[in-house]
Amino acid sequence: MTGTRSTRWPQGRYSALALLRGALGGHRHWGRAWRAAEPRASYDVVIIGGGAHGLATAYYLASQHGIRNVAVVEKGWIGGGNTGRNTTIVRSNYRQAPLQRLLEHSLKLWEGLSDELNYNVMFSPRGALFLGHSDADMTRLAERGDSLRAMGIDAELMDVDAVRRLVPLLDFSPHARWPIQGGMIQHRGGTARHDAVAWGYARAADNLGVDVIENCEVTGFVREGDRVTGIETTRGAIAAGKVAICVAGNSGHVAGLAGLRLPIESHTLQAYVTEPVKPMIDTVIMSQSLHCYISQSDKGGIVAGGDPDGFPSYAQRGQPVRLEDAIAQAIALVPALSRLRMVRCWSGVTDMSFDGSPIIGDLPLRNLYINGGWCYGGFKATPGSGHLYAHHLATGQPHPIAAPFDLPRFAQGRTIDEAGVGPMPQHR
Amino acid sequence: MSGAALTFTFDGKTYAARPGQTLAAALLDNGVAVVARSFKYHRPRGVMAAGVEEPSALVTVGEGGRAEPNTRATDVFVYQGLVARSQNVWPSLAFDVGAINGLASRLIPAGFYYKTFFGPPRRWMVYERFIRKAAGLGPAPADADPDSFDHRAAFCDVLVVGAGPAGLAAALAATQAGQRVMLVEQDSVPGGALLREDVRIDGVGGPEWAAQAVAQIRAGGGRVLLRATATGYWDGNLVSVVQRLAEPGQVPAAAAPVQRLWKVRCGKVLLATGAIERPLAFGGNDRPGVMLAQAVRAYVRRHGVVPGRRAVVATSNDDGYRTAFALADAGAQVVAVLDSRAAPDSAIVDQARGRFAVLTDARPIDTRARGQRLATVIAQVGGGEQRLAADLLAMSGGFTPVAHLHKQAGGDLAWDAAAQAFVPGTARQAQASIGAAAGGHDLAAILAQGWAAGSGGAPRGFAVDDPLGMGTPAGAAEVPQAARGKAFVDFQNDVTLSDIDLAWREGYRSVEHLKRYTTLGMGTDQGKTGNMAALARLAQAQGVDIPQAGLTTFRPPYTPTTLGAFAGAAVGEHAGPVRRLRLHQAHDDLGAAWQPVGYWFRPRSYPRAGESLGAASLREARMVRQSLGMVDVSTLATFEVSGPDAAALLEMACATTIGRLGVGRGRYTVMLREDGLVMDDGTAWRLAEQRYLLTSSTGGADRMAQHLSWLRNVMAPHLKVSVVNVQEHLGAVALAGPQAARVLAGLTGAEAPAHMRCTRAVLAGVDVLILAASYSGERAFEVYAPGHQLRAVWNALHGAAVAAGGGAYGLDAMDHLRVEKGHVVIGAEVDGRVSAHDIGLGGMLRKSGGFVGWQGQQRLAIATASGRRQLVGLTVIGGQALPEGAMLVTQEGQEPLGHVTTAAPRVAGEGWIGLALLSDGRARDGQELLAWSATRNLRVPVRVCDPVFYDREGARYRD
Amino acid sequence: MMLIDCPHCGPRAQEEFTYERTRDSVVPLDAAPAAAMATLYARANPRGEEDEIWRHTLGCRGWLELRRHRMTHAIVAVRPLGPAVLP
Repeated sequence: MTGTRSTRWPQGRYSALALLRGALGGHRHWGRAWRAAEPRASYDVVIIGGGAHGLATAYYLASQHGIRNVAVVEKGWIGGGNTGRNTTIVRSNYRQAPLQRLLEHSLKLWEGLSDELNYNVMFSPRGALFLGHSDADMTRLAERGDSLRAMGIDAELMDVDAVRRLVPLLDFSPHARWPIQGGMIQHRGGTARHDAVAWGYARAADNLGVDVIENCEVTGFVREGDRVTGIETTRGAIAAGKVAICVAGNSGHVAGLAGLRLPIESHTLQAYVTEPVKPMIDTVIMSQSLHCYISQSDKGGIVAGGDPDGFPSYAQRGQPVRLEDAIAQAIALVPALSRLRMVRCWSGVTDMSFDGSPIIGDLPLRNLYINGGWCYGGFKATPGSGHLYAHHLATGQPHPIAAPFDLPRFAQGRTIDEAGVGPMPQHR
Repeated sequence: MSGAALTFTFDGKTYAARPGQTLAAALLDNGVAVVARSFKYHRPRGVMAAGVEEPSALVTVGEGGRAEPNTRATDVFVYQGLVARSQNVWPSLAFDVGAINGLASRLIPAGFYYKTFFGPPRRWMVYERFIRKAAGLGPAPADADPDSFDHRAAFCDVLVVGAGPAGLAAALAATQAGQRVMLVEQDSVPGGALLREDVRIDGVGGPEWAAQAVAQIRAGGGRVLLRATATGYWDGNLVSVVQRLAEPGQVPAAAAPVQRLWKVRCGKVLLATGAIERPLAFGGNDRPGVMLAQAVRAYVRRHGVVPGRRAVVATSNDDGYRTAFALADAGAQVVAVLDSRAAPDSAIVDQARGRFAVLTDARPIDTRARGQRLATVIAQVGGGEQRLAADLLAMSGGFTPVAHLHKQAGGDLAWDAAAQAFVPGTARQAQASIGAAAGGHDLAAILAQGWAAGSGGAPRGFAVDDPLGMGTPAGAAEVPQAARGKAFVDFQNDVTLSDIDLAWREGYRSVEHLKRYTTLGMGTDQGKTGNMAALARLAQAQGVDIPQAGLTTFRPPYTPTTLGAFAGAAVGEHAGPVRRLRLHQAHDDLGAAWQPVGYWFRPRSYPRAGESLGAASLREARMVRQSLGMVDVSTLATFEVSGPDAAALLEMACATTIGRLGVGRGRYTVMLREDGLVMDDGTAWRLAEQRYLLTSSTGGADRMAQHLSWLRNVMAPHLKVSVVNVQEHLGAVALAGPQAARVLAGLTGAEAPAHMRCTRAVLAGVDVLILAASYSGERAFEVYAPGHQLRAVWNALHGAAVAAGGGAYGLDAMDHLRVEKGHVVIGAEVDGRVSAHDIGLGGMLRKSGGFVGWQGQQRLAIATASGRRQLVGLTVIGGQALPEGAMLVTQEGQEPLGHVTTAAPRVAGEGWIGLALLSDGRARDGQELLAWSATRNLRVPVRVCDPVFYDREGARYRD
Repeated sequence: MMLIDCPHCGPRAQEEFTYERTRDSVVPLDAAPAAAMATLYARANPRGEEDEIWRHTLGCRGWLELRRHRMTHAIVAVRPLGPAVLP
């Protein structure tokens, strides 16, 4: 998966030296990071969705499988959906083994991603800390940590003093409604710069010949019997050997264009960022009992989120009460956040699958594939998702890591339910 | 300074201020030109604006837990003792080492960080540490907030946002029309634009007219909130308004909150939010002394501060001229008016020509400073250049109507070519924009429009006396062709025209890409001043008109909003509800150690002095095995199901047989989810022919209540049945142990019911229901009583129990006992992923189906036992304790086969045992495995066994 | 925040209500297993109107059926569910 250091970058390889050269020349030598491609009549593979997952899929198709006659069609601007709306957390510390394998595969790719793409995606393994608020929480965290370690994934249990050293601003008072008893940290987890992931994959894929086509919305599928042969778009029909849906958030809508129904509901999830302040939280904070997650961006803003709004919506518009709940919980954990000011809040439309896990693989129509259902956890999976999806598209067979995430698992009872809440997305 | 009555400090130096002055006005009044440093290049910055759009003059106000970093000096009113500090500077505001970034600016253009710092993540983190330290504006807070915030709901027919002329006219009209009116204004006084203009309305000066209008609105029953900002516009015409009851850093009145979040549900919303002036883009347009023209007017007229002695006015429109007059009237020298238009033609320009040097086709292109303050304006006039000595440059590049709330409400924007501005278009909710927010600029017309909007169409004229006459709409946004030096577009994030050009060259051409790549508009000012200039430059590069270049989304909040205001009272101890047992005090009196269970707090054990929790729970469990114990089980979900179809409804919810249950009998049962996996377990009791009691787990109580209601109302509305959740009405105490039946009989005077029988009795004068069910393996009874009488029952039972050598026991002992009996618990063994077969309950399911989940559990991977995790028992080989949650492996380093769901010391015996979910577990009976906890560095050899460790025949509770 | 017109209580804030599921995903207890699973898992999830079942959980606790647009959140129709509305 490496070895791209020798890749040629006709539009200019990025490096400190190149920046210096730019400084001397007024930065006039930089070319476009990716071309504004016009759709051609046909491609071997058309990927629907120019989010980071779709762009990553295109990149790995080209770089790993030599399939370069590929288009990524995006209805708006690349990275404009959930890629640009998440809280940028990267980790692999799940409890269920198939998810552990999937996210760990992804995490390993994250670790080399900036070099591979020649684009600094600012992957920063500053640690992903889950807090425990009772002995029962600590037992569950230990269980999760033990399962991770048994799978060869890093996890460390921390007592309250260790947590205090790491994040001194947490509320350690015994009067806290959820007093902090300790935590479990994945040191290799952290954050990355979400936009850069989309741009980096787009530039690298474009460099290998992939067409990134923006402002091109899919309006239908071209079919011959049960075989998909292309797509209809706002910029005309495009024939394709294979069509790969990769539009998490809108999977229900796009699959609906092909007459398919999926075990997915689209729900809204909100997040917010505060005005920037000097470093105060150096790690990613999550909680076993509370529903919020907090980190501080490189720019200094506190980025945080909470639970989904709880009902289906494609609106990219949140409901204030859930936002208030998420903020109250953040202040409950870190009281010093109280006087910081929110500068922006936003919403993403998440593909809530009916077991909480992604769906990667074949659809009932031939030559049509799905990668979606990422719920609120898709960003961290980006490189792995693209890599495994590309494998499936190139070989026609699921990668062993992706195999458990097929669509038939719902009919067959093989659900992968991290939260154990069953087919109720609103309770996830 | 005349009229000074207040003192404040800035960077430790004490200054005087007049009441009503903003911190910005007071600093200007005291001649403080440099107030802050910019984000990236650490350039010295002064005050540019007079309102919430201020991008540059950010300071930290207040101390300790009240400190508010990044406070706009233009949005805090000076109070006695205000403490302000500059931020993001080292060692001082005047000499800031960070300014070296400005010298290196060619090395660090927009997005430079994407192109370098490669290598492994750890290496990036080294660079990143420096970047993080350099980034971030204000200091990180460290203290908890000493003050409180609250929330209030309000309803009105008309909410008017903004108390400028349009808003006041609208609110007045709506009040007179008998509407319930609410008027909110972010400023501390009403008037808006009237505060900076020399005009009279109906013969009264602007500010006075505004004050009178507010008095009339209040007299008419309207609610007027000042220092209250409408920050969010949500679905259902809900507007959130944040009201400051104390200024940033100020100690609030006793017992009063510092801020209040109003959630206002509105019949109609009128947005009179005004317009924001655009800066011009030219080299060095950020120097202290370069200000927005309307802001200059506001400081002169409202705050009595003349921010410079020699002024140049640079404008693209007539409105800028008003600032020239205001400055001249206040005694400043107006060096020149630079008008970018080739041939401006209006009354105000004619008036100005008689008084000032008016230069047309003229614009600033560069500036020079003396020290850090503006000293020279270099202007392009026609084809030539002029150098103008000036310490103040008042600029106006047109106006951007404040359409944030309109857009948040789902409305569209329309392009007004004459004003070169986006104005509110179609509204999706019941709202309209009026005044400058709708693109208006003529005061009389704005007042008339506001009145019509508020009155529902009735017209009214206002007599407006404006000596300078009406201005024409703002001219085109100026886009300089060749800026010298740094021409800032986003002043806070230091985004220059050349950054925008670079993003364009590199293909970040969608306006959202441009924004994200350059960080344009991402600052605390949210692009209020800068976005339009950037858009103009983008449109120019694309060769299209501005509306074709696109527009970024307007996201809540309108202005940065304190997190505490969103949270309200739900912080600290109140961050979540607390559910207390009715017997809380009784347990406390017995020295209970408390355990959180959901929102509940339940006794974990009752440790004696010096006794560990573990020792206490083992003692309590052994007490139950030897004599008797009592435990509070009031948190169990409890439902009364009655009516002719009660059994039918229960048979939908429960996967076991219910209907044939005789009166006075009970049965253990299990409930499935639709996907066929176990949701909950409990007991069903037939109290009478058509009356059942259903109990289920504490943790699943809310879910079960919802589920039963769903079944009753949606799935089976035709059934004649009622389901009542009686958990809150009843309380229950379980009595268990070999002495339990005797003690109970002694208190009730009647024989205790046999196992899985129920009966009514009188105990301590209270009518109670006794259910004979056992989770401990001993004879046991749950005694239900009305909640308010539970204490009497508890006291009687406790007295008798102690006399019989028993006492109270807690959750840990209960857990030890049930593990020994192999009973599963929701949340441990039943983790939402197990089937009834997995936990050994498959035999109980009704073969005939008809219950929720019967279809789902027939799916192949659930019906096939092979490969599934199954409930087993574990005995520790050796004397070690068994770690709960540990993985079960054949040897260390192997992938787990399962895990220890619960561990407990043997009650009847020595050593440790546990329950586990183990892959193909039942086939592994007798196998030796390792319970491996890598995070706790524990390795405990175990042997797989049957999950029932104690009295497998059930002889002890049947006698 | 949406305003939902509870048939029993009148217009109330959405925060008082909980979404349960779509009308067409209600699994009849007499459905054959395969059909039941298809009903449960295959959702139309339209970017438009859908019939949904909600409950006024923090109000009258009654159940209702909404026809609601999933882009605009506009509620086109509300009707009560439960024994009280049986013919």
